[in-house]
Amino acid sequence: MSTVVDRSKMTREEIDRCLHMYRQMIKIRSFEDQANQLYLRALMPGLTHLYAGEEAVAVGVCEALRPDDYVTSTHRGHGHCVAKGAALDRMFAELLGKRAGYCKGKGGSMHIADPDTGNLGANAIVGGSTPIATGAAFSAKRLGNGRVAVCFFGDGALGQGVLYESMNMAAIWKLPVIYVCENNLYNEYTPMQEVTAGDIQTRGPAFGVPSNRVDGQDVQAVYRAAKEMIDRARRGDGPGYLVADTYRYHGHHIGDINREYYRSKAEEAKWRERDPIKLFSDWMISNGLVNKAAVEKIDVDVRAEVEAAVDFAVKAPYPTPDEVDQDIYA
Amino acid sequence: MPETQTAVAVRELTLSEAVKEAIAEEMRRDPTVFILGEDVAEAGHPFKVLVGLVDEFGKERVLDTPISEPGFTGLAVGAAMTGMRPIVDIMFGDFMGLTMDQIFNQAAKIHYMSGGKWKVPMVVRTTMGATRRSAAQHSQSLHAWFAHIPGLKVALPSTPYDMKGLLKTAIRDDNPVIIFEDKMEYKRKGPVPEEEYLIPFGVADIKREGTDITLIATSSMVHVALGAARLLDEYDVSAEVVDPRTLWPLDEKTLIESAKKTSRVIVIDEGYERYGVTAEIASTIATGAFYDLEAPVKRMGAMQVPIPFSPPLEDVTVPTDKSVFEAAMALCGQTV
Repeated sequence: MSTVVDRSKMTREEIDRCLHMYRQMIKIRSFEDQANQLYLRALMPGLTHLYAGEEAVAVGVCEALRPDDYVTSTHRGHGHCVAKGAALDRMFAELLGKRAGYCKGKGGSMHIADPDTGNLGANAIVGGSTPIATGAAFSAKRLGNGRVAVCFFGDGALGQGVLYESMNMAAIWKLPVIYVCENNLYNEYTPMQEVTAGDIQTRGPAFGVPSNRVDGQDVQAVYRAAKEMIDRARRGDGPGYLVADTYRYHGHHIGDINREYYRSKAEEAKWRERDPIKLFSDWMISNGLVNKAAVEKIDVDVRAEVEAAVDFAVKAPYPTPDEVDQDIYA
Repeated sequence: MPETQTAVAVRELTLSEAVKEAIAEEMRRDPTVFILGEDVAEAGHPFKVLVGLVDEFGKERVLDTPISEPGFTGLAVGAAMTGMRPIVDIMFGDFMGLTMDQIFNQAAKIHYMSGGKWKVPMVVRTTMGATRRSAAQHSQSLHAWFAHIPGLKVALPSTPYDMKGLLKTAIRDDNPVIIFEDKMEYKRKGPVPEEEYLIPFGVADIKREGTDITLIATSSMVHVALGAARLLDEYDVSAEVVDPRTLWPLDEKTLIESAKKTSRVIVIDEGYERYGVTAEIASTIATGAFYDLEAPVKRMGAMQVPIPFSPPLEDVTVPTDKSVFEAAMALCGQTV
């Protein structure tokens, strides 16, 4: 975790940012814990892919974005939605297939989208959103609205050619898009290194796209690296490519329980020692930004907010069958 | 003499010129409209459809792309969601396979998956049609693939007039629209008025009225059907030629009414017959006009083979004036 700082030299804004990032991370963790419970209680149709363990990536990046900036997300997308400002009650409602959900129950966990927070949508096709984020950046440049687009994807998308087509176009047209690779080490159930050649950071420089690689468990490192790229893109200096090394605590999806055939419990335990939330709260407390009681109060507040959101979603009505053929065409 | 019958010299354009005029008018009207694809700027497209557009609108709005069909189609999806109205040029319909994820998983579904929140107002223009001696990867007519997918609209203009009106409608539509242009028809001329007009989707056009048999035909097959109709005239068989113009939305009503009127129907389309457009329309007729039919609906499409190169082989794969004429005579119980 980041080095010792002199609290007296931190601005109020910096301290508030830290507290906000902490709150956002704990919100994602609590959201995922509750999503897991909803699955175990058989209240959630289908499956979901939990983001727990990777919180510092979504939060560090989105903290550096404006509310009107764009993001595209993945099948493991709850963290990006929360970090970009989505309301938890409407997210849970979507997970449960309720009409009050962000997509009226038509999208589910893998497709949450929200124009109000610049969320172009989670995408269940690995790599499928890479040209879409690039297109949003294209619009931003043409319309001159100063927006930036962030494309979140996992290491699995490194195997999709459309990512490289997108990077190429972003580079030649200097588009304000940041490609953020959340390297959680596994392409579904296959170790990334078994199916991925070379140094993954070199994908950007091959196209002349500036790249960086950060500890994805360190929210401040992610924030700083993302901020630099986002500011650069907003100035008109083109795309960036950020690799964040991180880890998913759960399996590929929520039902992927027995996973020792592809990764060991020892490895999982080792990564949990570097929990991004714990690392950050320890750092804030040891540097005197907050005391333990203040952190615990945030935890309690967020947990109450998340529980209320679950309650809202559980009680919310389903869509009626006559809604099935609405919204096919605009 | 009523004023409407005053003889006015109607301007003629080629299908190719109609494409360009539609795009140019919409680009002048709406600054968010732009076109992107391979060799669209100075090259003006390999079929020269777009020559001169770049001179008026510049390279930013007539944008040459890398040879990355999935990438630039997806870029158009993202641009369409965020305030632009892209027209994607996919040189050959055969290359549409490369774009498929972005078209059928992304563009077609984003509006629905988002509960109606995001819109994808984009047009994909591509080509179809065999007999250019271009072999199996540059000759296919794959429009049925797209008509199959909810969320997409599909148009197949057969004349310069329809081309211009349908393309302008497509550009203003808030949904993804795929337009198939027959590459063998670009030089076909036809009347196109100077004044602006739009053609609504889902409205079939009766290209020729008749009483004995209905020939429902799409794209270049409309002209094949009209040729067959002229041959049928010599045997006093009166053929009606109906062009659906858009596969989705489909004007079922007009097709069924014509079938009821004539009681015999042939559906002609250059896509493959198997599970294709002709099957869908034949089913529509069988369901909607069953008790008015004197004979089963006949289907004519591309032969079920990869399009061959050699002319004597390629020429037998698609319906012709003569083959449609013979089928119509047989359906009417007449001998040649």
